[in-house]
Amino acid sequence: MPNLLIELFSEEIPARMQAKAADDLRKTVTDGLVEAGLTYAGAAAFSTPRRLTLSIDDLLAESKPVREERKGPATTAPEQAIEGFLRSTGLTIDQLEVRDQKKGQAYFAVIEKPGRKAAEVIAEVLEQTIRNFPWPKSMRWGAGPLRWVRPLHSIVCILSDADGNEVVPVDIDGITSSNTTKGHRFMAPDAFTVTGFDDYEAKLKRAKVILRADERADAIWQDATNMAFAAGLEVVDDKGLLAEVSGLVEWPVVLMGSIDDAFLGLPPEVLQTSMKEHQKFFSVRNPKTGRIEKFITVANIETADQGATILKGNQKVLFARLSDAKFFWENDLRTVEREGLEAMGAPLANVTFHNKLGSQAERIGRIATLAKELAPVVGADAAEAELAAKVAKCDLSSEMVYEFPELQGIMGRYYAKSAKLSDAVADACRDHYSPLGPSDDVPTEAVSVAVALADKLDTLTGFWAIDEKPTGSKDPFALRRAALGVIRLILSNGLTLKLSDVIAKANAGADSADLLSFFHDRLKVFLRDEGIRHDVIDACLAMDGSDDIALLVKRARALQDMMGTEDGTNLLQGYKRASNILSQAEDKDGVEYSFGADVKFAEGDAEKALFAALDTAEAAIAPAMKAEDFAAAMSAMASLRAPIDGFFEAVQVNSENEIIRRNRLNLLSRIRTICTSVADLSRVEG
Amino acid sequence: MADKPRSFQEIILRLQTYWAEKGCAVLQPYDMEVGAGTFHPATTLRSLGDRAWAAAYVQPSRRPTDGRYGENPNRLQHYYQYQVLIKPSPPDLQDLYLGSLQAIGIDLGLHDVRFVEDDWESPTLGAWGLGWEVWCDGMEVSQFTYFQQVGGHDCKPVSGELTYGLERLAMYVLGVDHVMDMPFNDPDAPIALKYGDIFRQTEEEYSRHNFDAADTEKLLRHFIDAEAECQRILDNPAVDPKTGKRIVMAHPAYDQCIKASHLFNLLDARGVISVTERQAYIGRVRALAKLCADAFVQTEAGGYTAEAAE
Repeated sequence: MPNLLIELFSEEIPARMQAKAADDLRKTVTDGLVEAGLTYAGAAAFSTPRRLTLSIDDLLAESKPVREERKGPATTAPEQAIEGFLRSTGLTIDQLEVRDQKKGQAYFAVIEKPGRKAAEVIAEVLEQTIRNFPWPKSMRWGAGPLRWVRPLHSIVCILSDADGNEVVPVDIDGITSSNTTKGHRFMAPDAFTVTGFDDYEAKLKRAKVILRADERADAIWQDATNMAFAAGLEVVDDKGLLAEVSGLVEWPVVLMGSIDDAFLGLPPEVLQTSMKEHQKFFSVRNPKTGRIEKFITVANIETADQGATILKGNQKVLFARLSDAKFFWENDLRTVEREGLEAMGAPLANVTFHNKLGSQAERIGRIATLAKELAPVVGADAAEAELAAKVAKCDLSSEMVYEFPELQGIMGRYYAKSAKLSDAVADACRDHYSPLGPSDDVPTEAVSVAVALADKLDTLTGFWAIDEKPTGSKDPFALRRAALGVIRLILSNGLTLKLSDVIAKANAGADSADLLSFFHDRLKVFLRDEGIRHDVIDACLAMDGSDDIALLVKRARALQDMMGTEDGTNLLQGYKRASNILSQAEDKDGVEYSFGADVKFAEGDAEKALFAALDTAEAAIAPAMKAEDFAAAMSAMASLRAPIDGFFEAVQVNSENEIIRRNRLNLLSRIRTICTSVADLSRVEG
Repeated sequence: MADKPRSFQEIILRLQTYWAEKGCAVLQPYDMEVGAGTFHPATTLRSLGDRAWAAAYVQPSRRPTDGRYGENPNRLQHYYQYQVLIKPSPPDLQDLYLGSLQAIGIDLGLHDVRFVEDDWESPTLGAWGLGWEVWCDGMEVSQFTYFQQVGGHDCKPVSGELTYGLERLAMYVLGVDHVMDMPFNDPDAPIALKYGDIFRQTEEEYSRHNFDAADTEKLLRHFIDAEAECQRILDNPAVDPKTGKRIVMAHPAYDQCIKASHLFNLLDARGVISVTERQAYIGRVRALAKLCADAFVQTEAGGYTAEAAE
């Protein structure tokens, strides 16, 4: 069976799009082939800055013929129905068969699709793929209508087997397929022909192109770490940068250069950010001092001077960049030392946070007040929390953060230290933005926790007060992330906090109930990732105190654990049975059975055992609930399972004797009360 | 061609010669204050419509906020861009571009030239395109863009635009660390002039003017005037009552758009435009650019024909 090789050769594809594009090419082409009846043994796709390549092994040389039968309308059906059927099948009336059915005769279409040669199908599928490729952003060029990520220059499309190979003819707006490609833009620009994938990959390598992105990445990483190791240094790990750089070169050449001594005093984060963002350099660190002393750059060319010119140029650019960074750093330090960190933030009075929520400075004032209020709850010193909140965002006015916004907080910590503020305050500058993502570390130091909570709560209540809530996929102010941050801060630090109180303190204008339910929705998502069922959470949300997140989660975890046991699931069945009987009777009798079950009317052991079990359980549950020991309460509740089962097995609730019946209904109501007091079991599915 | 140029002007002359040889009309700078070579009507307006076009030119450009009193090694409020615009973009535009680097003495066997993704967008011109920043040894030396839309109009055919930041490129080629130290004419000329001899003083003067002295009230008035004038010009009927000819005044209107854009830049440098107002001003200039683009495609150069209009 033949193998297929496709290469789409274009001008430079953005690095960030290459991997997905290769995958999309593989998926789209193979889906198209399979749909047309061409199956295959294996497919792999590759990308370089200038090409997307697909190799398919053992493709069927020809698709199998397909016979399709479709039943049409009755022969007596109105003309429009028959015409519609003809249109949809593409046949004429004399091509239809008439067959006897139970109720008279009906038309049948028998469509025979002959097998098709692979080449024919491939040409079609490839054209469709190219014309409808899912690039995140595509463009036109020249005078044609074709769209690609950047101008598409040539197409290799060949089928090969033991007997040789053939070009599959494809013509897309004048770009015709061939068996010819080109090597490295500068080192091997000449065209050459290929016979199949192995030949292609080998010839590319001779033409200074490494086809596989992971091979390029491995080569870069290995050379980089070896070079650093030889100098007694280590490369700072950066997977994202490695992937990006691998997408910028076809033939990686790793070069290590020095950072001028004048810049070694800059914070390592500044060096790293500047080198990475502007130059796509890796940072090379001295493991003894933690300082960044060198950089690694990856060129796309081997030169006669072993990269000396390239390195010199890169070093020069870096010098200019770092001169800027040093200038910002020194200006910022001067400001902080002369006037303090709070004064550095003075211009924030003129920076609008949101036109309905005032300036950044006003916002900082609110956060400081709230952080002070929250301090006792999180175990922080109130004055320190307030101070930390006041200075935590002042680095937003620094020249460094203006240049590198991603250094916000990190610079704040440096500047707080140089302003001689306490370590707790300095750390809060850095950490109060956390947690940002669901896997980001959660601050645990009390002052940081206070400021982080206040920051997020101010944002949430503020936007709630002006009715700018997230809708659907739109969440421009990242409020979902802020709410999840609050939840994780509370849970990770085991904080006891009544959210409704805190919301009211943060911003009286916010609709507390609505915001609380937003928190609950976020909590459900968070707990679902932990494996806790949404109905279990609902059962706990229905209880008092659900605005205390920590308490709520404790209850949900206990309930989830109980529902995982056999006693738990059976108890639920028993409870539902009791509840059904009870509500039917209540509907019928028009009364609520809630009180007065008396053991003296109990008949038989099972009923008496239930009375006794309920007494025991109630006695155990009350103190457990008081101590918020939900596990103990749930376990007491689960112990009711056997007596309840025994009761339903032995006893008919709807006794002829009305007194006994009422007594039993009142007994069932005790089950209902218990099963809706620890958590609302009526909301649990199952 | 790998021999090294010796001065700033030699680099410009070599680019002029190179692109002339490649068939471009070598135009002169536009005689108005603009922020970048793209504003020259030879790019903005000529990228519209279906007529073929090939032009290259130097464009003095002004970015008032970048003024540093001539002290910064590579920041200037007045600088030069070299601009090439070819429509439709030829299939070998990348190779043509690389040839121009060789022409100014960059040995492609010794340097690392890379095309790094950069989506170009001009909110004031209502224009965008896809392309790259071109890096030479880690330094951005050019912008390379395939125009997709200008003034809200789809570019059909697509123009290929090349923009070289001349000072930075020349400093690199000539091995100079401070722009003011760069030889402008030949260093062995009887009267050798450095970039600083010509521009240090003007950088100081304009920095002071742009940051502190420009009269913001007048600037604002002029902005409003230019905006109104642009619209008034275009409100005229297409047919000139005096000559009886169809004369759509796209270029005179576009001059007013250029003026408004520069006035906005000056107001911005004076720090009198708040963050929220900024967007509004940009939107006002963009509205003018769109009107001018609409008008240009109603002219012969913009592809208008009486037959097609009927």
